[in-house]
Amino acid sequence: MDDLAFITAVAAGMVRSGTPVLLAAVGECLTERSGILNLGMEGIMLAGALTAVIVSYLTGNIFFAIIAALAIGALIGLLHAFLCLYFHVNQVATGIAVTILLSGITAFCGIDYVGKSIHSISAYKVPWLSELPFFGSVFFNQDILVYLSYAIVPLTYFLINGTRFGLSLKAVGEEPRAAAAAGVSVFRTRCIATALGAMLAALGGAYLSLVYAQGWTENITAGRGWIAVGLVMFASWNPWKAVLGAYLFGLAISLQLRLQAAGADVSPYLLGMAPYLLVILVLAVSKLRQKKIPAAGPTALSIPYLPQV
Amino acid sequence: MPHILFVFLVICFTVLPVYSANEQKTVKAGFLFVGPINDYGWNCAQNEGRLFVEKKLAGKIQTVAVENVPESAEAERVMERMIAQGAKIIFATSFGYLEPVLKVARRHPDVKFMQLSRFDKRPNLRTYFYLHYQGSYLAGVVAGRMSKKNKIGFVAAHPVPPLLQSINAFALGVRSVNAKATVKVVWTNKWVDPAVEAEAAKGLIDNGIDVLAFDQSAPVTIVKTAESNKTYVIGCYTDDCQFAPNYWLTGVSFDWGPYYARICQSVLDGTWQEGTDVCDIKTGNVKLSSFGKAVPEPLRKEVAAAKEKIANGSLVVFAGPLKDREGRERLSAGAKPNIKWLAGMNFFVPGVEGTLPKN
Repeated sequence: MDDLAFITAVAAGMVRSGTPVLLAAVGECLTERSGILNLGMEGIMLAGALTAVIVSYLTGNIFFAIIAALAIGALIGLLHAFLCLYFHVNQVATGIAVTILLSGITAFCGIDYVGKSIHSISAYKVPWLSELPFFGSVFFNQDILVYLSYAIVPLTYFLINGTRFGLSLKAVGEEPRAAAAAGVSVFRTRCIATALGAMLAALGGAYLSLVYAQGWTENITAGRGWIAVGLVMFASWNPWKAVLGAYLFGLAISLQLRLQAAGADVSPYLLGMAPYLLVILVLAVSKLRQKKIPAAGPTALSIPYLPQV
Repeated sequence: MPHILFVFLVICFTVLPVYSANEQKTVKAGFLFVGPINDYGWNCAQNEGRLFVEKKLAGKIQTVAVENVPESAEAERVMERMIAQGAKIIFATSFGYLEPVLKVARRHPDVKFMQLSRFDKRPNLRTYFYLHYQGSYLAGVVAGRMSKKNKIGFVAAHPVPPLLQSINAFALGVRSVNAKATVKVVWTNKWVDPAVEAEAAKGLIDNGIDVLAFDQSAPVTIVKTAESNKTYVIGCYTDDCQFAPNYWLTGVSFDWGPYYARICQSVLDGTWQEGTDVCDIKTGNVKLSSFGKAVPEPLRKEVAAAKEKIANGSLVVFAGPLKDREGRERLSAGAKPNIKWLAGMNFFVPGVEGTLPKN
């Protein structure tokens, strides 16, 4: 295997391994910009993964499976938003509770679906683009969910920075009372943002079960939801930077496995740690940089909004 | 929020799947499983053993099974509950149950306990070991013959002795028929993480292997990944032929039923004793899964012959003199491995490539 083939294989693996985290991280960016902290991403990914498997198994249709995963994501997102916005509960506690609850429920409901043969998604070469040297085989010899993620990132960025809704979203995330005085519904905006974010996380989960595992396994996400939440901070709430972080995480996984396969003499323990070490390192570095520039986090993040007080 | 958690906990504890049939004058046998019984892997094989007992000794033995039992004080609670329901013998089918088993065994001298893969002595405790690696050797023979590029991949979870036994025996099997072939090992450091397992398999395939073997708890992902990448695959723990109709070669699986039935019969007869059993190819508890359609008839016969030799003792997988890949002698000429030597294995034999972390 020559060097170019090795680098191409590592990079293609990076895109695959990074995509589930990417989707969840971009979703969390959107949610947090509205001032809601959703720590339930891990659980929502699990729910999305299981729902996609169940629907794919029952209907044999990938399209329905993805739609169902998105719907479940939206539902759980709305539940979290409702608890945060209607009952003004502590958002950290609710998020963690959502994750614990869903990891239990998915483990229980998924028992009958372990090892079931489902319709999974396989790679689809994009005509022309896949023939580009290097970039073609890295970015355009993947599956439709990866291509969908290419569209989702700019769309999310545009939604936040280029639309009227994005303006309200940021206003609600920074100064909810001022936004409310200007006639923006804090409740509605935050609900939509949380539901959209959770839908993306569920899509990330569906990617894991439909593309990677090609079936259901208990705790299939193995902590990727938490990584996504961490990456949002590193990304200073910018979807483009979240992509960078997610691909870094994917690169670490892909590289360590391929270094082993290529016969590099490095301890697999060290290599196995690499993805997590990288996330911690990057978080620390970005924190250092933020000392010079004012923190970019939404001012009202995770603060309950009580309009009557 | 506390309400939801409370409801959740109530659901968890009430619907814990406890199977038990109608009350009769029968002896009850309890089974503890560390994971879900339909994992198409380890626990699935164990549960098939239990179902065999139910069928073979219908009317005489009744079984009670609980799955997903953690290897902690929770196991103690589950066993106490089984005993309260009348269980007279308990099968602890995972490595980590020994400590809770010892505690419960002390309190209930009239109940018999069966502990897997661990040594200890008590009047009401019998331990049993399994030599999975004998099957791995035979699978290696298949892999060595089927590999055209002489490059074979092995995705493994953690560098622990049972896995090293499997990998080394597999490589010895490969080398017994194909001196040029190598076995490349990639560690995932996870018992279950399908995304990493699939990526590890992809990485090996990108590197030019044409046969893939593995040892992970839930086998389905890797078997399917191999099929979709047109790479031959060797399974582990259960027969997953259905997931790779074209590229399945064979796999190592278990047949616990006859052994468990024999133990239960000895309880019925009153002949049960403390001691240690070894379950292997000879006893029929470790076996090869069905062959895939790619495996030609002469090779099937060759493997059957090797299996016969292992069973009658004329072929010993880890036979002295055995050197590791650095050339150090690990087993002197004429020596045969015992359980203790096997349980301390921490080296690779020649032909295995990849890093072995030093402990």
